[in-house]
Amino acid sequence: MLIIECPYCGRRDQSEFSNGGEAHVKRPDGSSEISDREWSEYVFIRSNTKGIFYERWVHSHGCRKWFNCVRDTSTDEILKTYKIDDTRPKLKDFKNLVDTPSGEPELGSGNFTVKK
Amino acid sequence: MAKNAFNGHKDWPKMWRSPEPREFYDAIIIGGGGHGLGTAYYLAKEHGLKNIAVIEKGWLGGGNTGRNTTIIRSNYLWDDSAHLYEHSLKLWENLSSDLNYNVMFSQRGVMNLAHNEHDIKEIKRRISANNLNGIDSLWLSKEEIQKKVPIMNTDNLRYPVLGASYQPRGGTARHDAIAWGFAMRADEMGVDIIQNCEALQIKTKNGKIEGVETSKGFIRANKVGVVASGHSSVLAETAGIRLPLQSKPLQALVSEPIKPIIDTVVMSSAVHAYVSQSDKGELVIGAGTDSYNSFTQRGGFDIIEETIRAMVELYPVFGKMKMLRQWGGIVDICPDASPIISKSDIEGLFFNCGWGTGGFKATPGSANVFAHTIAKNEPHQINAAFSLERFVSGKLVDEHGAAAVAH
Repeated sequence: MLIIECPYCGRRDQSEFSNGGEAHVKRPDGSSEISDREWSEYVFIRSNTKGIFYERWVHSHGCRKWFNCVRDTSTDEILKTYKIDDTRPKLKDFKNLVDTPSGEPELGSGNFTVKK
Repeated sequence: MAKNAFNGHKDWPKMWRSPEPREFYDAIIIGGGGHGLGTAYYLAKEHGLKNIAVIEKGWLGGGNTGRNTTIIRSNYLWDDSAHLYEHSLKLWENLSSDLNYNVMFSQRGVMNLAHNEHDIKEIKRRISANNLNGIDSLWLSKEEIQKKVPIMNTDNLRYPVLGASYQPRGGTARHDAIAWGFAMRADEMGVDIIQNCEALQIKTKNGKIEGVETSKGFIRANKVGVVASGHSSVLAETAGIRLPLQSKPLQALVSEPIKPIIDTVVMSSAVHAYVSQSDKGELVIGAGTDSYNSFTQRGGFDIIEETIRAMVELYPVFGKMKMLRQWGGIVDICPDASPIISKSDIEGLFFNCGWGTGGFKATPGSANVFAHTIAKNEPHQINAAFSLERFVSGKLVDEHGAAAVAH
């Protein structure tokens, strides 16, 4: 259960929000020219990052505005929320806790099958 | 057993070897869950491959194989999925004798409840589709449900129970046993099972597989099969492949053990509850996925609350029970809620992933057709429809409707 800071309303319970998947996905230009494979990339494929992830949320039961969020998917810690037209925060502003592609952070992953 | 009991269970023989990795394997399977171990087993048994390794970052069956609700059924709507899951169910039916290891497969029947007019239409359509595919599936009236599950509250709730589909051959099995059974028999045929060995990078050269960089060093291989459920996509990324998968926590919980009270599996998509009773007497309850991507093996409390609310409404008698344990597993969900069992653009690199919220039931079937795909370099006719190509061609296998509960 997350507590999410809406850039317009402040800190609220996650139950007021809906998740909108990856942020900063651009619709490709020239829809009549691009190949099926390029369309497939846009329609079906999203990043599935373990670690620092840029995503969208909407404050469904509040101001109903969309905004972006940076969250660490290996611990669920929310690192930053920002308005949809703000510039994308740089990846190096955040500490990456996962050393290997499927590694686990020291704390907060809930995965105890992997030796730390 | 008595001898081992007296000396504190210290001298049991090991069920499989724990070898150090060799420099080269004909095939490496990444992921030591049921699907991965099964793939190694069928590669060795049916395709005569000798030089195989299974690498696992934790312990065998510690991922989603040990984190699901062990429900087995094949009542899927579309032909492609029905064939795949029915192939698996048929393998389940003989698995204990095949492996000479009791996987405790119990065909206690599986029920999907209908709570409204739309549910009835959808479920009846699915029953007809199942029957056309030769899968046992029948309609139960409310009275028949009450007879089978007397503790169910069918009338005095917000969404009354109107009927159900029932698959008598469905049921449950023991989760650890499937991993251990496959591991033991694969090990006997010479498969190296390497635990605590994390895959770090899939190495390729000129569109061909080279091997896998692991925490125990680089291992060369002719073929690599990735069967890493929630982590399949992050491993694919190391080979430059983007998979259409999103990883989310899926939760389950068990109650304190009680006397036998429910002798079938009951699922309800509309009110989001499913339950069965384990042989130990615990109620095994499945909850939903979180709405957001995550790799934390926990899940949100709101998801448990929603499931428990539905459980208590449907079975008021459970209202005062205590829950013993809760856990989450990271499931990889495809846009069409169907798996990927496929070759990739890289020669010698194969994927078996995207099982999402319902992979346990498919364990032997998935392993069997994936082994075929790896050995022959082309899919078995049963998994041909589950290629990565379908996301380009648009020929999806949309099975959102056949999920046990809406996710």
